[in-house]
Amino acid sequence: MNFDFSADTTAMREQARRFLSDRIAPGTVRRQAESGAPFDAALWSDMARMGWLGAAVPEAFGGAELGYEALCMLAEEIGRTLAPVPFSSSIYLGAEALLLFGTPAQMRRWLPAIADGSVVATLALAEGAGEPAPANIAARFAAGAISGRKLPVFDGGAAGIVVVAARDATGSIGLYLVERGPGVVAHALRTLELGGSAVALDLDGAAAEPLPGATGWPDVMRLLERAAILFAFEQVGGAQAALDMAVAYARERFAFGRPIAAMQAVKHQLADIYVAVELARSNAYHGAWALDSGGGDGAAATARIAATVAYERAATQNIQTHGGIGFTWEADCHLHYRRAKRLSGQIGSARFWRNRLIDILSARNVRGEPDGLQ
Amino acid sequence: MDFSDTAEEAAFRAEARAFLDANAARKAASARGYRSRALDAQAIGESRLWQARKAACGFTGIHWPRRYGGRDGTQMQAIIFAQEEARYDVPVNIFNQSVGMAMPTMMTWGTAEQAGRFARPALFGEELWCQLFSEPGAGSDLAGLRTRAARDGDDWVVNGQKVWTSNAHFAQFGMLVARTDPSLPKHQGMTFFILDMRSPGVEVRQIRQISGTSNFCEVFLSDVRIPDHHRLGAIGQGWAVALTMLANERFVVGEAEGPGAEDILAFAESATLDGQPALQDASVREKIADWYVQEQGLKYTRLRSQTALSRGGVPGPEASIAKLVSATKLQQIAMFGVDLLGQGGAVMEPGTAPLNAWFQEAVLYAPGKRIAGGTDEILRNIIAERVLGMPPDPRADKGIAFNEIPTSAR
Repeated sequence: MNFDFSADTTAMREQARRFLSDRIAPGTVRRQAESGAPFDAALWSDMARMGWLGAAVPEAFGGAELGYEALCMLAEEIGRTLAPVPFSSSIYLGAEALLLFGTPAQMRRWLPAIADGSVVATLALAEGAGEPAPANIAARFAAGAISGRKLPVFDGGAAGIVVVAARDATGSIGLYLVERGPGVVAHALRTLELGGSAVALDLDGAAAEPLPGATGWPDVMRLLERAAILFAFEQVGGAQAALDMAVAYARERFAFGRPIAAMQAVKHQLADIYVAVELARSNAYHGAWALDSGGGDGAAATARIAATVAYERAATQNIQTHGGIGFTWEADCHLHYRRAKRLSGQIGSARFWRNRLIDILSARNVRGEPDGLQ
Repeated sequence: MDFSDTAEEAAFRAEARAFLDANAARKAASARGYRSRALDAQAIGESRLWQARKAACGFTGIHWPRRYGGRDGTQMQAIIFAQEEARYDVPVNIFNQSVGMAMPTMMTWGTAEQAGRFARPALFGEELWCQLFSEPGAGSDLAGLRTRAARDGDDWVVNGQKVWTSNAHFAQFGMLVARTDPSLPKHQGMTFFILDMRSPGVEVRQIRQISGTSNFCEVFLSDVRIPDHHRLGAIGQGWAVALTMLANERFVVGEAEGPGAEDILAFAESATLDGQPALQDASVREKIADWYVQEQGLKYTRLRSQTALSRGGVPGPEASIAKLVSATKLQQIAMFGVDLLGQGGAVMEPGTAPLNAWFQEAVLYAPGKRIAGGTDEILRNIIAERVLGMPPDPRADKGIAFNEIPTSAR
């Protein structure tokens, strides 16, 4: 049995963890957010230098070609540390959209810049409230230009290039590359998350170039499914960090003459969080396998649901375990709580993915194990 | 990352399949529904024959030393054989406790004579073992057990009562932990014994569970004499021996059996709710999705743990996770299956209730799954204390002589 990260990835994880813990001290994330800068540019360029931004990008397009297993591991470590960088937007969504649907010329033009960190990419899918669905896309593409309003567009304030979902004259949903320029106006949006640079994007005849591989809504879902696995790793990393914080605090904090960690009312809650995080991690691993192999019906939805539930529960219980101090601005608890809630909705809520999972399961011809395992 | 065997594992799997193909029939496509698993004389006889066949061919006691009839194999090989065996229509296995728990404990703590005497008959299914641990007053707090063993010449004389003993009514031997010195703090005054279940003074009664079936016994011990050469480990070492046995339990206890997410999904596709397939109902979809996600999480957690074994590591706490999650999930699915039948949900008539009353039967046996082999609450303590490193509860009975520990509110 070989269902775990390889020795190479594990070694890389040690390096990544050392690097991030050197660079992200308590308070770093809060100070970054309060600075008003859209992201930590120095951290971002160091990540680029280490090949992280091009982890899944082929060398031919300026990537490090470390593979999806490595990218999954990096997503987890970034989630763990709440690194204030547009990794999910630029890599899981932007670079992946180009890799899946771009022409060789488009990939040559943009992937090297994404991999070296000089250009940040993001996805503009949502148009306000509502789950990902064709009916929730009104933006229109015609004659090389897009008009419409997209929000929220996470990391939109930092993005040099935006992959925009829009419908063409026939009503078919496609994905289009839009650069900053005439007809593109970004309004900063306050969101649940501290920091970042979410925007509402007003497109008024903005020049747009189709990603020709994306020929309808199923292709958009293909992008979201692959991204869902990477989001799941980021969520698992965050959930583990929130659990670790809660356990550490419960062991230090004394009440009634003993550590609160000795009380079953506290420890049983955290044991349940541990179980949720482990199940989410295992489902995410299956997702990593599916990303690489293309197999695994429902692997993405399963990983995404488990990770969303685990991170929300861990972040919520972390505040509860901390008591009053966990409710203050200065404690880092709210950073996880905020990020957990932002990640939950970003590419569709748990409710959305549960529905999708049931659709996938009930459409199978053969019941049982898609990977042939007991 | 993939699901591949190593070359050695693949070779062993091929060997296991060849043995199974030659000796058993492949299971038909999995049938859903309740099947009673009453252990009558015929089922026990078939189980013994199958055990003997496996023993003769080296497919049980796989990780036992060769000198006791084992294969000197690995835990991973034992898992691989169990995976393959599950694909075949074979008799119910009543020897898990004997081969997986009792004898490994014997090999750890027993003398060469003891292990030499008992290992082979257990391996070949000639002698069946049961575990005499729990008592009416000692469940989660097992170390609170009160069955007394008093020295009398070359013998020990045992008085007390054990409970929740699987297979006691047809086992030849029991692994017994008893109190030999109540004046010591509770973990220190215990000693471990091999009990011949045919000894005078051993009385076994079957317990009737809420489902009406009987999977467990209570065992009354009245002036039962055990020769001192049937003591396992030193006097006063009983708790350490018992812990060895419980540590082996994690290789034996798996997920709770019964209707799962795929089963309730199939049922919800065929059942009607408010004039449409139940699976179109939003609340039904949400619940089934969550159960499926839990099941997949358990499955891949198990594969991660097998990978650790395969790479030479030791299994972690995943057995605790598996039981904690699967027992509650089973109870929820069973309850929900009954709910989907609405006004007809309470009917248990096999011909009327769907799937041979699978959901109704599971409603009645599921509570036991959350208690047997470690309650949900004890499992959470284990996870919190051993995995997360949280301190144990302060104990009111710590360092106190056993016979001075309070036992009731009065």
